[in-house]
Amino acid sequence: MTDFQTIDLLAILPEIALTALGVLVLVLDVTWRGKIRQQLGVVTAVGLFAIAALTAVFTYPAESQLLYGGMMRHDLLAFVMRLIFLVAAGFTALLSVDVDNLGRRGEYYAVLIAAVIGMNLMAASADLIMLYLALETTSISAYILAGFLFNEERSAEAGMKYFLFGAVTSTVMLFGFSLLFGFAGTTNLYQIGTTIQANSLAITVIAVLVLVGVGFKLAVFPFHFWSPDVYEGAPTPVTAFISTASKAAGFAVLLRVFLIAFDGTNLQSASNWLPLLTSIAVVTTSLGNLVALTQKNIKRLLAYSSIAHAGYALMAFTAIQSAPVQAEAVAAVVYYLVTYVLTNLTAFGVIILVAKNVGSDDVAAFAGLNKRSAGLSLAMLVAFLSLGGIPPLAGFVGKFFIFMALVKANLLWLAIVLAVNSLIALYYYLLVLNVVYNRPVAEGATEIQVSAPYRVALTALCVGVVVFGVIIAPFYDPITRIFDLVK
Amino acid sequence: MMFLQVITSTLFAVTFSPLIGVVALLFTPADRKDTARWIAFSSSLVTFVLSLLMLSQVDSSNANMQLEVLVPWVQVGTHWSINFHLGVDGISTLMILLTTFLVPIAIWASFSVEERVKEYMIFFLLLEVGMLGVFVSLDLFLFYIFWEFSLVPMYMLIGIWGGKRRLYAAVKFFLYTMAGSILMLLAILWLGNNLKSFDYVEILARYQEIAPAVQMWLFAGFALAFCIKVPLWPLHSWLPDAHVEAPTAGSVILAGVLLKLGTYGILRFNLALFPDAARQFAPLIATLAVIGIIYGAVVSFAQKDVKKLVAYSSVSHLGFVMLGLVAMNDQGIEGAVLQMINHGISTGALFLLIGMIYERRHTRELSEFGGLWKVMPIYGALSLIVSLSSMGLPGLNGFVGEFTILLGAFGSHVLASPLYTVFATTGVILAAVYMLWMFQKMFLGPVTNPENNHLKDLNWREIAVIVPLIVMIFFIGLYPKPFFDLMHASVHQMTAVLDVAVHATGH
Repeated sequence: MTDFQTIDLLAILPEIALTALGVLVLVLDVTWRGKIRQQLGVVTAVGLFAIAALTAVFTYPAESQLLYGGMMRHDLLAFVMRLIFLVAAGFTALLSVDVDNLGRRGEYYAVLIAAVIGMNLMAASADLIMLYLALETTSISAYILAGFLFNEERSAEAGMKYFLFGAVTSTVMLFGFSLLFGFAGTTNLYQIGTTIQANSLAITVIAVLVLVGVGFKLAVFPFHFWSPDVYEGAPTPVTAFISTASKAAGFAVLLRVFLIAFDGTNLQSASNWLPLLTSIAVVTTSLGNLVALTQKNIKRLLAYSSIAHAGYALMAFTAIQSAPVQAEAVAAVVYYLVTYVLTNLTAFGVIILVAKNVGSDDVAAFAGLNKRSAGLSLAMLVAFLSLGGIPPLAGFVGKFFIFMALVKANLLWLAIVLAVNSLIALYYYLLVLNVVYNRPVAEGATEIQVSAPYRVALTALCVGVVVFGVIIAPFYDPITRIFDLVK
Repeated sequence: MMFLQVITSTLFAVTFSPLIGVVALLFTPADRKDTARWIAFSSSLVTFVLSLLMLSQVDSSNANMQLEVLVPWVQVGTHWSINFHLGVDGISTLMILLTTFLVPIAIWASFSVEERVKEYMIFFLLLEVGMLGVFVSLDLFLFYIFWEFSLVPMYMLIGIWGGKRRLYAAVKFFLYTMAGSILMLLAILWLGNNLKSFDYVEILARYQEIAPAVQMWLFAGFALAFCIKVPLWPLHSWLPDAHVEAPTAGSVILAGVLLKLGTYGILRFNLALFPDAARQFAPLIATLAVIGIIYGAVVSFAQKDVKKLVAYSSVSHLGFVMLGLVAMNDQGIEGAVLQMINHGISTGALFLLIGMIYERRHTRELSEFGGLWKVMPIYGALSLIVSLSSMGLPGLNGFVGEFTILLGAFGSHVLASPLYTVFATTGVILAAVYMLWMFQKMFLGPVTNPENNHLKDLNWREIAVIVPLIVMIFFIGLYPKPFFDLMHASVHQMTAVLDVAVHATGH
């Protein structure tokens, strides 16, 4: 690399802006006193959405290229993923404003922003070292967020548990990285991909090690044990963030590392680790859904459901084993992530409000929600039907593309596993909706007030869920090019 | 420009016009119950008028799809494409008219609903959109969207406004249908994948490209979804539960239209797209249909709850429809399509009548009634006509449909055995037995239960709700020609293809 070019700046423009936003929030945190502190979250959200807009307009990668001496890749995958993280974080900030001991604390938003920076870099990094740093930036921020309410036992426990699991898995992954470096003699993912193909046993072993770290981020079996406890204990906006953006970030890494470093575009190399991924996907999905059936706490229920959803996306990824379907498989993963992020954020938005009002995360707390707030129950309906994959909502289209990829790749048996699982999942989603619409309201329960930030966030999310379910082509078409551009 | 053309097209207007009512209802305060009722009712009337306008534009001599709207929706390179494609032929026109005719009646009958009126009406209108969408869709993806979408409002109607075991019934209804639907989705995906298009018209034109062995699988995928919906014996177990728990108007629509989505699907997709497989499966389906005819009738006879009795009679009646469809000749299919309409009208009317007595007595046990004719003569007379229509008395609508179906089944080359017809005919007799038995138990003899002594006869609204149905019962019974004329060209085009398939496989 000779001299500094505009593209170098553009490639990290979102991160620069995020850093500035983080500083701004911290400054406001110190200077703002009294009631205006309520606006900290709004400022963060507006900032994040503005950065998302900025990213969308200015950083669209005209061509894929390695930057910063091969540390980062400026390509469509990073671009789309960044937008997902920024938007998810924006909604998380909006949904945090009224949460006790959280909504008015500047450092909370600053850590949230730090996590987004980490995720952005995760999606863009093309080098093992860069990747590990980005992963840790994200993880450490997430540990802090999960344990943010340190006066509450559950939250502190969640933070600790998350940290312990994360530390162990990330160490194992680091070990994998070091082996990878040992075999390939380079830390650059793209160079690793071209040198390592010969040694299939090495690839398998290293893939397992790396999968430990990535699997932790994705919360797939058998690295999912932390997620129900952490989801339950962490402050709900944080749960929303971890279950959506953090999971998506995991998939960004999965896509790049397994497609590039482990040479997934080459069917020969892919066959070293695809059976493993496939079995993980099947077990994860089935286990998540079956255990979710018995959950009484809505956050735990969504934790298990989100384990299952990660399994769905992983299933889509396994369709890369058929050469002509590779682009569609990757597109299906990404489209599914988008729909899942929007939908889950909607669900958690409602949960935050109900939990604040009732003081409980039990499914029973939602009894007769539709009498207490028609709007919230509608949002719940949209979210849960979309999770269940009912048209014309986003979740259906996401599943449709997964089915399509699987059928096209001749993985009919996986498609049937997915079909059976969708049915099981639908059952418990319907049970929740039933509580919302059918149970008598608890005595003394009042109408739930929805403040402006929540109203805006939930409306926008619901619209998003419908839009991604109806107007499909403008979003899907560019996504289908991710695969070609990541290579 | 394209956008404008789409939304001003007749079919788009018919299908989505109930949404006008939905939007208006969203802005109605929840305590203005009467406003909500009238908004929903007038909205559904507007849809009915629009559907009549559509009828005037349909050329019944043209067997092909008409009034088409075609806009590309999702296009993935040259891999595959999804279109927003609407269109109707004679068959779907009739189905649409049935829907738009029954919905205002059902909504009017729901004026007695007092709980959460606004939401109720919203779900009802959404349900209408879903049902109409199924009938007008000419793209498999779009069809699937409407097919699934129609589940949600019905789930809500049963789940919120249903009877005591509504949760069980609603979830069972949803999951049963969904189980079949997902396999259908896989079949749809296979088609879209291999023919590079989800467009019905295009797939229809190229159906011969599908290998016969694959046809069998695809047929099975589609048929399972539709047979659950119909419901074909032995996939019927969700139906009695759903009917018993559903609110009156929900039952009307469930029996009147939702079950027809299944039979319509069999006709539109299974028979048309996979004619060879259809021929292979026909004896199996016909056997199940005949078992359903007899089983439904026998079980009806054993019921103590009137609503359950009518629910099981649906299993029997829909057996006739299925038998007519798989006869695969003009008479069989035309009879089946007419019988879909007849069943919608007669059974819809029966459910309305049961709902009216339930509102007065809050029970549907047969043993609670007796001698009602003396107390409620108008109610008795209307019930008699509807019961006679349901059991297929000549001169009323049920007879025309069943008779044509039996003729078709008897002369069918595909079934090639008179036995189906023989057994099915016993169903006609059994229907007379259980219907007359029910009528006798409820209306004839002395008033055995003192609680029935002071029941009020029907009020003007209740009469007005039933009268349009009675008119149709006589109209179809005495002069079915316009209905046959409307569907004949389309049906004949289909049977012509089926005949080729029949001869190609050596029968």
